[in-house]
Amino acid sequence: MTIFIPTPLRPYAGGNGTLEVNATTVGGALEELTTAHPELRKHLFNAEGNLRAFVNVYLNDDDVRYLPAKEATEVSTADTLTIVPSIAGGALAVLAEAPAAYER
Amino acid sequence: MTVTAETHTLPELTTDELSRYSRHLILPEVGMEGQQKLKAARVLCVGTGGLGSPLALYLTAAGIGTLGLVDFDVVDASNLQRQIIHSTRDIGRKKLDSAEEKLIALNPAINIVKHETMLSSANALDILKDYDIVADGTDNFPTRYLVNDACVLLDKPNAYGSIFRFEGQASVFATKDGPCYRCLYPEPPPPGLVPSCAEGGVLGILPGLVGVIQATEVIKLILGKGDSLAGRLLLVDALNMRFRELKLRKNPECPVCGANPTITKLIDYQQFCGIVPESKEEKTMKNGIPQITVKELKRRIDVGEDLYILDVREPFEYQIAQIGGKLIPLNDVPQRLNEIPREREIIVQCKSGGRSQRVAELLKQQGYPSVVNLAGGILAWSDEIDPSVHKY
Repeated sequence: MTIFIPTPLRPYAGGNGTLEVNATTVGGALEELTTAHPELRKHLFNAEGNLRAFVNVYLNDDDVRYLPAKEATEVSTADTLTIVPSIAGGALAVLAEAPAAYER
Repeated sequence: MTVTAETHTLPELTTDELSRYSRHLILPEVGMEGQQKLKAARVLCVGTGGLGSPLALYLTAAGIGTLGLVDFDVVDASNLQRQIIHSTRDIGRKKLDSAEEKLIALNPAINIVKHETMLSSANALDILKDYDIVADGTDNFPTRYLVNDACVLLDKPNAYGSIFRFEGQASVFATKDGPCYRCLYPEPPPPGLVPSCAEGGVLGILPGLVGVIQATEVIKLILGKGDSLAGRLLLVDALNMRFRELKLRKNPECPVCGANPTITKLIDYQQFCGIVPESKEEKTMKNGIPQITVKELKRRIDVGEDLYILDVREPFEYQIAQIGGKLIPLNDVPQRLNEIPREREIIVQCKSGGRSQRVAELLKQQGYPSVVNLAGGILAWSDEIDPSVHKY
């Protein structure tokens, strides 16, 4: 399935705007994405392994949070995932975090 | 859905207005009644910058009766790449005054109400209450949440637009049955460290695209025509010119617009976003790193001290302006520590002091005994010491 990567996160996804992954669930697709691009993980997930609250993931045009099975929702090759971070002019949520080298 | 007065209280149009708005009057979706609704409408534009510029201009052109403007900023040259309501000769002038002048020139019938203030929990409800619709064009998270909550509490729709580099978002929040901003983003991002300045650029046209989308939504809400963006998030990718739509749902458990709201009055949004006001101590020391002012740096240069300035910006920034520091971009520092002498005092510098603070903390963590952060960065140097150093 195709995953759409928003511009701010593309540097952590090898510069790609779209990536293809093989997965059977939403969670599986995100896992594959962050395994292939480990730098993406801390931007998408918090320490407990949950999706950060200021990042939304859409399965086609539905917010995964509101799907009955959430991340366990099954996906097919025709489905797409879109990552949508909150933005506000010059401030960007997902980049307001230190890269690993600067974490204590 | 419509948001203005009943037909029988709508203002009459003057002869001039019949002439001016003829292209609206002959549109079935607007017509005489629609134009009267626009004239009766009161819209608040929060911000007269990138998004506010096209918003205010098009709403004024369309014949909105009263346009409130909120801004406390002054026009800067770097604004003119995208804030098209302002001109070169307005540099240094209050944005509100500059905007008012252009709007009245475009349409003398517009009633402009200037709110020269920073919107806060103390004044937001009072300012918003006199308007029918709010268009939010601000550039920071605390204000986004403030405007959202105030709109929900006061039952005013919020035409939302936001931008970043070449991507934009647009929607309409806080309609009766629709979601609010918190339904989409329940939590603000942690402030943590200052967002990267190098990545804060924006394609000048982008707020133009998104601002006019916001203006369109405002007008549709007033006319009660068409399908508003309530319940939809429009994503604009200007680089690839792709428009996508995602479904937004009202969160039944939303603390502000849900069935059982827990937020019934405005809160401290700075605190909500984790932004702690800078203490006096932080002016000289921040997270264990001594801060040096540009004035102090200049003094030390003038007395002939041999200083090691580490510039952690990107090469393109160095090309625009520099103060002679050794350039090692932020992300390269961990791999290039061998180039940074441990036995010397390292003065770390960037554009405004954010990135350099992070590098200074890293160096300290790596055992560098003497590390100092240049507070305010090269921007402060340009402001206070040497204006010939280009700001950007």
